[in-house]
Amino acid sequence: MNIYEYQAKEILRKHGVQVPRGRVASDSLGAEHVAREIGGVAWVVKAQILAGGRGKAGGVRIARSFDEVKEHTKKILGAPLKTHQTGGSAKKVDKVLVEEWCEIAHELYLAITIDRLQSRIVVVASSEGGVEIEEIAKNNPSAIFREYIDSTTGMMPFQARSLAFRLGIRDKDVARRAVKAMMSIHDLFVQYDCALVEINPLVVTRQAEIVALDAKLSFDDSALSRHPEVAELRDLKGELPAERIARENNLNYIALDGSIGCMVNGAGLAMATMDTIKVYGGTPANFLDVGGGASAEMISKAFSILMSDEKVKVILVNIFGGILKCDVLAEGIVTACREVKPRVPMIVRLEGTNVEQGRAILNASALNISSEPDMKAAAQRAVELAYRS
Amino acid sequence: MSILVDERTRVICQGITGHSGSFHTRQCLDYGTKVVAGVTPGKGGRKVDGVPVFDTVFEAKEETGANASMILVPALFAADAILEAAAAALELVVCITEGIPTLDMIRVMQVLQGTKTRLIGPNCPGIISPGKCKIGIMAGPIHKPGRVGIISRSGTLTYEIAYLLTRRNVGQSTCVGIGGDQITGTSFIDLLKLFEDDPETGALVIIGEIGGTMEEKAAAFIKSDVTKPVVGYIAGVTAPPGKRMGHAGAIISGGHGGAKEKIEALASAGVAMAKTPPEVHDWLASIAPNVVSAS
Repeated sequence: MNIYEYQAKEILRKHGVQVPRGRVASDSLGAEHVAREIGGVAWVVKAQILAGGRGKAGGVRIARSFDEVKEHTKKILGAPLKTHQTGGSAKKVDKVLVEEWCEIAHELYLAITIDRLQSRIVVVASSEGGVEIEEIAKNNPSAIFREYIDSTTGMMPFQARSLAFRLGIRDKDVARRAVKAMMSIHDLFVQYDCALVEINPLVVTRQAEIVALDAKLSFDDSALSRHPEVAELRDLKGELPAERIARENNLNYIALDGSIGCMVNGAGLAMATMDTIKVYGGTPANFLDVGGGASAEMISKAFSILMSDEKVKVILVNIFGGILKCDVLAEGIVTACREVKPRVPMIVRLEGTNVEQGRAILNASALNISSEPDMKAAAQRAVELAYRS
Repeated sequence: MSILVDERTRVICQGITGHSGSFHTRQCLDYGTKVVAGVTPGKGGRKVDGVPVFDTVFEAKEETGANASMILVPALFAADAILEAAAAALELVVCITEGIPTLDMIRVMQVLQGTKTRLIGPNCPGIISPGKCKIGIMAGPIHKPGRVGIISRSGTLTYEIAYLLTRRNVGQSTCVGIGGDQITGTSFIDLLKLFEDDPETGALVIIGEIGGTMEEKAAAFIKSDVTKPVVGYIAGVTAPPGKRMGHAGAIISGGHGGAKEKIEALASAGVAMAKTPPEVHDWLASIAPNVVSAS
């Protein structure tokens, strides 16, 4: 789960990491009010969306008067923002963060994440802040430094010192502040079961302070149940209705652009089904994994999600029954079709536990369903029907 | 032969009195697995399907001579369960549980480094040496004994491919699901080594997916150390970047973990890459005809 920059900065502030003074606003008057409250000569107005790359897309603007704060806020809130990280579509901006402007001496990069191969927490730092880390990795990999953390001790001061020195921080006071910031960020990473904390840039100001100018926090979904205060930060407004229904019913659903709606059990098989559709010339409308132990009700919900997608021209159900029995699945489909009449043809491929009972239930239902014996035949048939309609 | 488990493996089930624990204990017993004990703290002294239940893994091992464990406890208790099994010095721990917090697994992995315990999973279907032993939640009848070794990050996709082979009379020596999480106790490389040394395994199938770089590492290892023919399949060619595709570990992030790089890496290591699951069989028949016909 990701949270907005302003929320991430509140968490950082609470843990003793310095962030610019500022507050969030949802209209130009509110933004002006925040600027007046902060005082100073210049402010930064930042679009609050759950994606990076805002600066280049015009979502971060510097204002030198209260009028400019209002103007920038209107512009940012007035149009959806498309960045290279918003996945091709533009995101509606509901809030801006208005912050004091600060004078930067150096821009650094700091991130904490999981190294999958080492099975360790890794702290990644670079002397080239403000640029995306992927770019630094490509153009100047020697400017990236790493420290792997022993989970029995947590981050040790020597590791933070070593990073500070490698980042080129020579001033004793600045180094001390940088070490404190890194240790605090590591501690909150562990405390909240984060998946990623990225501070880009972490700046050294002209006043020799260490300030987190931007902040991205992402949490481990599997650990949210032990952090109710974090789970509460979930952005319910930014969620599509289909995504909400999926989440509430423990279904894994991701909307895509194609025309073949997919319902599969298991993440790997779901991806393989999408890929097979593509091999035969079609395009999947979604990823939908109903999981290993889906109930008839979950199947029915999953089905309603597929049918609410207007791009869907044909539905492909691919189930390899194990714990999820084929008859349970068939019952779920029949129930769903009783509630919402399917407007598109359906292709069902069942295999595994109780497959005969499952097929019998579908056959007896008089629904517009064609059964296919295997995955290849099912994908081919789905592609054919998607093109025909 | 086979790898990791065979007819001598003596298994305990941690979480045996739970809904999944009791169900899968029954299934494993029916398959012929020697499930010799169960563990549920506070429920020692009972029996589940004739299997004695103990309060601790240590007791269960002392009393029954178990050497492996199947874990089916809720996610927030799973790290504790794995480490209890390791503390009792069980050789093999198969953790089926899905949704364990990543930082729990990081602590577990660091402790396991100092032990002789091998962890398979978490978030996996388990392991089966057809006809000998099944520690996991896969359906027994979709497998048959034979000479193909399967390694996979997925559950149902593995069933799909194993069953495709079984229906065409191509049996398996051992099938291992390493799990769909970011942190897995056993990697592709660990298993490639075991399969390479197993005389009964004649050919390998490696089933990967988007996320991480484990497939790329496996490709380098196959190139340098694996002499047996290998067929590969990678799921997630159509997966968009930045989205988690069901499995906690299946995400393309920061330009890494895409299917294309994995397919290229494996192909350049000499792995025959299938574009669809059924092609796995076709490739096996083509590059390992003796293994396919002998099955």
